[in-house]
Amino acid sequence: MVAPSIAAIPLESAVWAALQDVHDPEIPTISVVDLGVIGGVRTEEGRISVDLLPTFVGCPAINVLQDAIAERLREFADEVSVDVSFTEPWTTERITVDGRAALRAAGFAPPSEDPVAQCPYCGSRNTRMDNAFGPTLCRAIYYCSACRQPFEQFKLV
Amino acid sequence: MTTETRRATRQLIQPDLPRFDASGLEPALRTAIADLLLTMADDEFVVGFRDSEWTGIAPMLEEDVAFSSLAQDEIGHARLLYELRSALTGEDPDRLAFHRQPSEYRHARLLDHARQGWGFTIVRRWLYDTADSIRLAALAGSSFAPLAQVVAKIRREERYHLMHLNAWLERLGTRPGKPRGKVLSALKQLNPIATSVFAPIPNEPMLVDAGVLSAPMAQLAARWRSEANARLCALNLRPIADAQPAVDGRDHANPDESFVWLWNEFTSVARLEEGAEW
Repeated sequence: MVAPSIAAIPLESAVWAALQDVHDPEIPTISVVDLGVIGGVRTEEGRISVDLLPTFVGCPAINVLQDAIAERLREFADEVSVDVSFTEPWTTERITVDGRAALRAAGFAPPSEDPVAQCPYCGSRNTRMDNAFGPTLCRAIYYCSACRQPFEQFKLV
Repeated sequence: MTTETRRATRQLIQPDLPRFDASGLEPALRTAIADLLLTMADDEFVVGFRDSEWTGIAPMLEEDVAFSSLAQDEIGHARLLYELRSALTGEDPDRLAFHRQPSEYRHARLLDHARQGWGFTIVRRWLYDTADSIRLAALAGSSFAPLAQVVAKIRREERYHLMHLNAWLERLGTRPGKPRGKVLSALKQLNPIATSVFAPIPNEPMLVDAGVLSAPMAQLAARWRSEANARLCALNLRPIADAQPAVDGRDHANPDESFVWLWNEFTSVARLEEGAEW
C-alpha cells in the first residue's frame, strides 16, 4: 500500500487538522475545533474562509481567536478570512467528546443537562453552585463538598 | 513576518460581526429596522454601563463577578446590535456608541435613574430583564433573519441574567425589614417609568406588518405586565400599574441628569483623542 502524498490530502482536511493547533486563550486546554466554535471551512483557489461561532456574544477572545486562526492558516493560502457568524448559534452541545475529556482533565466540568454538577477532580456529585457567574462569561463556579475543592463548570447554553 | 504581510492580513480579518445582503429591503423598512435596533442597542449599552458601576463595590465578591459578567454580556449585545444597525445604515458603530450627544440616545427612561443602592439596582434590573425577555421573544421568529439569528444567541445568555435577578428579587423581597423596604420603595419609584421599555418606536406598524416584530409594543407591554405581576404578587410585592407605555419613554430631548453623568463617564476615553483605539 502506498502512503498518500501530502499533495493528495484535500486542503480542507489539512485546514481542519491545523485548526487543532489553535486554542482558546481563556481555555488553553481545548482546541477551537473541539470547542465547536468552527462553524465551517470553505476553501477555493488561494483563499480560505472560516466561520467562527462565538461562545458568548461579548466574549473578549473573539478578535484574538480570529487573529490566531488566520495566523495558523496563512501557510495554506494567500487570503484567509475569519468571519464571526450567527447563522447557527454556538451551543455547549458543539463541544466534542475529546473536548469534554480535555476540559475534565484540566479541572473544568463539561456542560451538562444534569442539574447536579459532577466534580472533575473526585467525581463526586455532592456539589453546589456558588456563583452562576465565573471568571469568564462561559463558566460558573461550584464547590465540591466531598473533596473540598472549588471547580468551574461550563454553562449550558 | 514582514510588516507588509501583517498589514495585508489585518485587512482581511474583519472584526465586525454579522454581514449580510440588505439590498433587498425596502428603504422605509430598512430605516424602521435600524430604528428598532438602535433602541435595543442603546438599552443594552446603558444597562451594561450601569452594571459595570458595581465592579469592585458590590455587597459581596460574588456580585462583583456577577455584575461584571452581566456588564460584559450586555455591552457585547450592544456592540452586535450597533453593528447590525450599521450594516443597514453605513454608520460607524463606534460613533453610534460613543460620539452622540446625550439627547440622541434612545434607551428606555427606566435606565436613566442612577444606580442608587443594591435593592434599587436589583429591582430596576429585574424590571428591565423581564421586559427585555418579552421583547426578545417577540423577535425570535423575525422575518429579518440576521436579527432572528442574533436574538437566538442573546436569549441563551439572558436566561442566566433572569435566573440571577429572580433569585435576588426573592431574596430581598421576602426578607422583612430593610431589604423588603428597599424593594418596595424602588418599585414605587420606578412604577411610572417601568413600561418605558415598550414605548412606541417609529414605524412600528410597518415592522409588525413585515413580520420583523411579532406584535405591537403596547401588546408586548401588556404581556410583560401580566407575567411580571404574577411574579410580584407571588412575593406579595406591589404590581406594575396598568398604563399604556408613554410615547416619550425613549425621548431624551432634555436628558436626565443621571444619564448625562453616565454619558460623561462612558464617553470620557473616546473624547480624549479622536479615533483612539483601546
